[in-house]
This record gives sequence, C-alpha cells and structure tokens, in this order.
Amino acid sequence: MTVTAAIELRDVAKEFTGTRALRGVDLTIRPGEMVAVVGASGSGKSTLLHIAGTLERPSTGVVLIAGQDVARLPDAALSRLRAHHLGFVFQQFFLMPHLDIVANVAHALVYRGIPRPARRSAAVTALHRVGLGHRLGHRPDQLSGGECQRAAIARALVGGPTVILADEPTGNLDSTSGRAVLDLLLRLNAEETTVVIATHDPDIAAAASRRIELHDGSVVHDTGWSA
Amino acid sequence: MRPWDVLLEATAGLRYRRLRAALSALGIAVGAAAVVGVVAIPASAQAALLDQLGRGGNLLTVATGQTFNGTPVPLPRTAPSMLRRIDGVHAVAPVAVINGASVRRTSAIPAHDTNGLALMAADPSLVGTLNLTMTRGRFTDAATGRYPAVVLGAAAARALGISALTPQTQVHIAPAGGRGGRYAVVLGVLAPVPLAPELDTGVLLGTTAATELFGYDGNPSRIYLRADPDRVTAVWSVLAATTNPANPGQVTVGQPSDLLLARTSAHTALTGLAIGLGAVAMLVGGVGVANVMVVSVTERRTEIGIRRALGATRATIAMVFLAEATMLCLLGAVAGALAGIAATVGYTAFSGIPAVLPIAPLATALGAAVLIGLIAGSYPAVHAARLSPAEALRHT
Repeated sequence: MTVTAAIELRDVAKEFTGTRALRGVDLTIRPGEMVAVVGASGSGKSTLLHIAGTLERPSTGVVLIAGQDVARLPDAALSRLRAHHLGFVFQQFFLMPHLDIVANVAHALVYRGIPRPARRSAAVTALHRVGLGHRLGHRPDQLSGGECQRAAIARALVGGPTVILADEPTGNLDSTSGRAVLDLLLRLNAEETTVVIATHDPDIAAAASRRIELHDGSVVHDTGWSA
Repeated sequence: MRPWDVLLEATAGLRYRRLRAALSALGIAVGAAAVVGVVAIPASAQAALLDQLGRGGNLLTVATGQTFNGTPVPLPRTAPSMLRRIDGVHAVAPVAVINGASVRRTSAIPAHDTNGLALMAADPSLVGTLNLTMTRGRFTDAATGRYPAVVLGAAAARALGISALTPQTQVHIAPAGGRGGRYAVVLGVLAPVPLAPELDTGVLLGTTAATELFGYDGNPSRIYLRADPDRVTAVWSVLAATTNPANPGQVTVGQPSDLLLARTSAHTALTGLAIGLGAVAMLVGGVGVANVMVVSVTERRTEIGIRRALGATRATIAMVFLAEATMLCLLGAVAGALAGIAATVGYTAFSGIPAVLPIAPLATALGAAVLIGLIAGSYPAVHAARLSPAEALRHT
C-alpha cells in the first residue's frame, strides 16, 4: 500500500545570491509524522521549512505537497493549498499587534472566504483549545511570549490543516512556556496532524518521532520513518 | 476573500496608522475642499443674483439714442402708451432725466457739486415694473407725486449722507443754472437695483411735480418694460419701431440681465482657475498618498508575508493595498468636501444668501479622489503582491 506523502522533496536545492542554502535534499514526510529538523544556525532549516511550506520556490528540484507538484500550481491554487492544508508557526509569532488574539486567529480564515461570524467562533474555539480562553480580548502586547506563541498555534490550527510547519517555535520562550508549546504540538500530532519543526531545542528533538539533521544545506542524518 | 473583508482589512490598516493616514490624506482634503468651496460659493452668489433677477431676463429697456452727429434724441412722448400696446408686454415704466438739474443736501453747497446724481421724473409704475424694494420710507404715489417730494436711489442716499428719514429730511433740488431751486421732502430710499444701476444714483421726483417745477415735457429718456418671458425676443424685435416709428435707429434697446449674466460668467472663468488649483492640490495629495503607501509596504513586509502564509493570493494582497490607498484618498476627499460645504454654508449665512451646493463638483472631487487613489495605490500594491512570502518573513 502506498501512502501519498504529505510533503515530498526531490533533489531540492536553493541558492541565494552567493550562498547555497540547500543542496540536493531528498525528503519524504508521511501524514501523521512528527519531524524535528535540527542543525546549526545557517544549516538551512528555515529554508527547508519555507520550501516545504511553499513560501519559497526551490532553485532546482521538485516539491510535492499532498501529491501535487507546487511548481505547476498557479498563485491562486498555491494560496488555496496554504489556506487549506498548511499551518505556520514562527519564532517571532508574527501576530498583528493592533488586533486582539481572536481577530488574529480569525484572520487565518479570511482568505478562505469564510464569513466573519463563523471565523470568529472558530477562532474562539481554537483559542480555547490552546488554553487561551481567558485571554480572548487581549492584544499580543498584553500577553506573555508563551501565550503569544499559543495564540499563533491557534491561528495555525484553526483552519484544520493537514501539516503544521513550525520554525523555531520555542526559540523566544523560557523553558516552561516552551514545554507548553511543545505539548500543544504533540497533542496536534496525536490528532493526526503532520508536524514539522525546525528547532534547536533538544526537548523537541527528543520528543519528535523522526529527526532530520542538516549541515551546510545537506541532510546528514535522518532517523527515518517509523510506524 | 470576500469584497467586504477586503474593505475591512484596508480600513484596519488605516485605523492602525491614524495620524499618518490623516496627514497623508490632507493634500487630497485640501484639494477637494478647494474644488467644492470654490464652486459652491460663487454658485450660491450666482444663484442669489439670478434669484434676485427673478425672471429678470424679461426686463427690456428703451433709451434715447443719438443722431448721426451725436445729438441725443429724446424718446417720443407717446412711446410709453405705444409700448404698452405691444402684445406680450406686461408693464411699462418711463423715467426722464431732467437735464442739468442739481440735487444737493442744502442750498449752501455749490450747484456744480452734483455728486454725479441725476434728478429724474418717475411715476409709481416703476415700482412694479422693476420690482423695486425700499430700504426706508415709501415710493411717491399719485398724491405725493404732485408735491416736491423725492425718492433717493441707494447710492444717492449715501452720497447725500442720508441714512435715517424723518418728515423733516429734505434735499435741495434746482433746475439747470441753479436758480429757482427749492427743498423737497425725502419720502423714501430704494434698495440697490442691480438690473437698473442708473437708478441707484437717481433722485426720483413725481412726474406732475417735475412738470410744474422743472418744465418736464413728458419725453422719457428711458423706458423699462417687462415682457412675457416666452416672448422676449418677439417684443425686442419691435421695440425700436414702436417707440419711434419715424426714426427707429435713434432708439437704443437693451436687455440689462445680459450684463449681469456676463458678469457671472466672468466669475465662472475665475472658478475654472480655482478648480484647476484644487485639482493640482489633489494630484499632489495623490503623490503624498503613493509615497505613504510605498513606505507602508516596506514597513509591513512581515504582515504581507503572514498574509501570504495564511493563504492570501497575490491578487488579494494587491487589492488590500489598492483599497487602502483608494479609501485614504476617498476619506480625504470626503473630509475636504465637508470642509468646503461648511465653508460655503458659513459664507452664505454670513452674507445672507441661500447656500447652493452643486452636485457636480462634489461628485467630481470624490470621483477624482477614487481615481487618484487607484493610481497612487497601484505601484505599492503591485510591489506588495510581488514580494515572495519567505522573503517578506525573513527578518532583516
């Protein structure tokens, strides 16, 4: 039985002016995996995540998301793919400072053409899921870093994505908050969501079911898929 | 993304940066205020004037002409009654300037010091024909017209220094040469007559008194007529021949409202210039908005990146920025238009004329603002849409 890979990279390379961020990466991530991408700063973790999340196109190579070659998709289809299948979590949270967290989370659904009341109620539900039910009317500057990151996770999960890509999600957090964020991601993974995390955090690396180590843009170690 | 959500997102951007939005919309606002105010204020003045004319276009005048050698030819004595018989003529009022007569405050003032005032013989028909209004007192009637009693034009009253009237208010009137003058009671003062400015400097004496005191022979120097508004042209064409059948060429026929309309069209030319300046202000405002939007795109790179990561298409990003620029210009224009309207209402209230708010400049200002917004927003919008999401999210 062949399972369609959630994300598949074939011989992907990415070159920025003067530097090669990724070279010849072959990678298949199956649905439901919890993958930690580790490596030193500048080893290409973020670039790998951006390419896997269609935020960036590779210089060469093929990227398949749920079996679709993203290079062949026009902008609208690619955007639809991001809106429906992918959720992102970033180290700096990237919440909109002028909106309360309900609006921030609801914003993730605006591009799917969902009406405002439905967006807001879904956002409230998502915020309850991440344990921020008591903070609904707060703006990001009124929350702690850990709470902001949980709001950002709520934003990533509110649309029910199949894959969540997290770039250093605990990088700006103290260990307690980091642990809470990791627990959330593990819970999401337990609910069948594929989670890919680029991280320095040994706790996350240890908790992941699969570890991929990058060095200078190449995969140097992959614990591989285990059932 | 739903269109309504695009608008919401665009206004959210503006709400978050209120001061900057307000400042950048200021240019547009000034332009719109100029366009609206500059059109509405003269339009109000013009409407007031036209209102004052009433159906002023139907006022015609017949005046003394000249022979070929320049001698003035008085109108025939029979002219008023002849003119009254023309089909379509409603009212006829003759006046006659009494040549050489002087009007002075007292007899102690030298006779040659006439102040440019003209003593005229006029009968009560003048009031109805020209819709005269009095600022003080009353007009001469059949009874008072027999006595040395005068009505002063607005400018004449000013020149003579007469403001308040008492039964003792008098002026000294004298025939040519200054001998045999006498005092005349001032019965009333006329409001200015824009259609017949010659009356403003006139001192009007009843025709009977004029005949008895000054030997007025009944030959009018000017006749005012009101014609049926639909038949003005027809009446006009027969006026000269009716007035002086023997020598129609020695009669000057006029339509005073033409002069006033010419004056208002001169205003219109100035208005065009002011609108041009307003348009320039709006264009400069548009450049300001474009500038602010470009800065905004640079500043909001992360926001753009996040939107893209959440599934915004390039087109959506472009639309949000375009809507924001357009809204900025539109809000500026609305604020400016309101300021222009306020200025117009204030000005008209101050000058006591009804405010007229023409729709065309309002619509033009708002339409131009939308257009300027679309143009000003297009480059920043395309720039924002072209950003690669990862590039937008990469911190500097």
